[in-house]
Amino acid sequence: MEAYLAVVVGAMFAGGFYLVMRRNLLRFVFGLILLSSGVNLLVFTAGRISRGAPPIIPDGASVPVGEVANALPQALILTAIVIGFGLTVFAMVLLLRVYERLGTLRTDHLKAHLEAPQPVPGLPDEEATA
Amino acid sequence: MNALLVAPVVWPLATAAILVLLQGRLPAQRALSTASAAAQLVLAAVLLARVATEGILVVQFGGWDAPFGISFVADHLAAVMVLVNGIMGSSVAVYALRDMDPDRERLGYHPMFHVLLAGVNGAFLTGDLFNLYVWFELLLIASFVLLTLGNRREQLEGGVKYVAANLVASMLLLTGIGLVYGATGTLNMADLALKLPLVPVGLATTLAMLFLVAFGIKAAIFPLFFWLPASYHTPPVAVSALFGGMLTKVGVYALLRGFTLLFVADVAVTHGLLAWIAGITMVTGVLGAAAQTEFRKILSFHIVSQIGYMVMGLALFTPLGLGGAVFYMVHNIFAKANLFLIAGIARWYGGSFELKKLGGLYRHRPLLAVLFVIAAFSLAGFPPLSGFWAKLVVIRAGFEVQAWPLVAVALFVGLLTLYSMTKIWLAAFWSPAPEGVTLRAGPAPVLLYVPVIALALLTLAMGLASAPFFALAERIGAELTDPAGYVSAVLGEAAAAAFVAQGVAR
Repeated sequence: MEAYLAVVVGAMFAGGFYLVMRRNLLRFVFGLILLSSGVNLLVFTAGRISRGAPPIIPDGASVPVGEVANALPQALILTAIVIGFGLTVFAMVLLLRVYERLGTLRTDHLKAHLEAPQPVPGLPDEEATA
Repeated sequence: MNALLVAPVVWPLATAAILVLLQGRLPAQRALSTASAAAQLVLAAVLLARVATEGILVVQFGGWDAPFGISFVADHLAAVMVLVNGIMGSSVAVYALRDMDPDRERLGYHPMFHVLLAGVNGAFLTGDLFNLYVWFELLLIASFVLLTLGNRREQLEGGVKYVAANLVASMLLLTGIGLVYGATGTLNMADLALKLPLVPVGLATTLAMLFLVAFGIKAAIFPLFFWLPASYHTPPVAVSALFGGMLTKVGVYALLRGFTLLFVADVAVTHGLLAWIAGITMVTGVLGAAAQTEFRKILSFHIVSQIGYMVMGLALFTPLGLGGAVFYMVHNIFAKANLFLIAGIARWYGGSFELKKLGGLYRHRPLLAVLFVIAAFSLAGFPPLSGFWAKLVVIRAGFEVQAWPLVAVALFVGLLTLYSMTKIWLAAFWSPAPEGVTLRAGPAPVLLYVPVIALALLTLAMGLASAPFFALAERIGAELTDPAGYVSAVLGEAAAAAFVAQGVAR
């Protein structure tokens, strides 16, 4: 199970980093979302997977009996999900403002649009697929 | 139990919450914001005094003892950094009273400012790796808002780069934390100091590299610094002074902590790499600054260059080197933030940050010129100012371990720093104002001058009466080189004994 999840994490990282390196800022944010989900899965896997053993302490005992699932990674991921959500929302709002004020989401056009905030003729606004 | 240790985080967070409730009532917000920042400075001073007399202070949250719960640890380094943050917070809060425009204040400048201070303090005090990530995110989101508040085009263009680089760094940091947890089963830093040596050396070094990149982006080391000069010159002066002084140093602090307490399995590889990074960071930063002609852009590139000196102290990995790195960091925070604040006053008189459009400030305002000279020549390392001693200690530490190339680079970069500072001096202060530029009749508001003069006095004190500052730096250097005290404070005597035995076995 861990090996399978490790491959999935690897695939998500690959996809995430590919998108992060694109010139379109919207794809950058999609890449970040993919990356942050990949990282959460990584933390989950790193905490070891176990099945059908909830970490519940029976009545009268002060420690769990036998081997139980590790609850800590889930607490970590929950925190990371909340943080990731906040940051993603901020990034989306930032992109919206950038598009409103500068008229582009292309990283390599931002500088040009700083001087001339309208869409610059001759520069295609769609991502070139070269 | 130990409320003093939690106060530097809880206090600004509570202030921020009240400031949100006061939204729109600017006079009340301003008064509370300034008073709270001043109170935080007092709290931090009391904390450092307690640490100095009682040794390392620890608090375990929720009754869960380390390594199971989250710990806050105040050793000398953390306490000093919290105090420096308190000084910066109060200085910037006073400066912002006259520098910040009411529009940005209405949009929530004041609460975000205090959230930032809380995040920075949390990052300094925490003794838990995942908790460090949380504080980093808190200070990041506050800094995102402060950087882009106002929505000017330059701010958005710089903000995109800042946000992008820092979000990627956060992802890498969390990846590293997850893998460290997978390899050791713990996140408590003192416990990690015990358990990371049990991990195979190759794996430990790989993990160290992940943290080096994540912290390195936040500290703006070569080749991960591009976001800093792209964004730090865009927000209001008060914000860029706080960022330029304090924020990158949180990354440096994390490097200092990580590469003395956690990742010391293969010092030849990790710290050897840090030495290369230190040298190249110094040179690229200073060369970048030489090519700039805008006041704040020159200062931004110099931040990068100066980070190199701090990383050099860390790379040398001796008590003197580490103490020197901390001394350098503190000196640099004061001097650099002060230069940003002075740039703001220069703009008040001259109307621009462009050196080409400035001039004649020395004749117009001699006091401002003197203040600039103190901060700028301290940065360049002139005796008897604080920067001279800072450079002297780091370079002497280099002599001790015979790191000649690094020492040569450090001296050479010092000369180039002087070149940049002289460039600003000649263009903005010494030469007459260019055609068509009339300097605004003064004087500039007193509240702009108050923090500048206070920071200049601190720079002078660190230079002229450096003995107590040195003693503190030496103590920090000794603490960082021998983390047994840190481990003992968090986990108890038995764990510390095991830690020492492990070190002997290695």
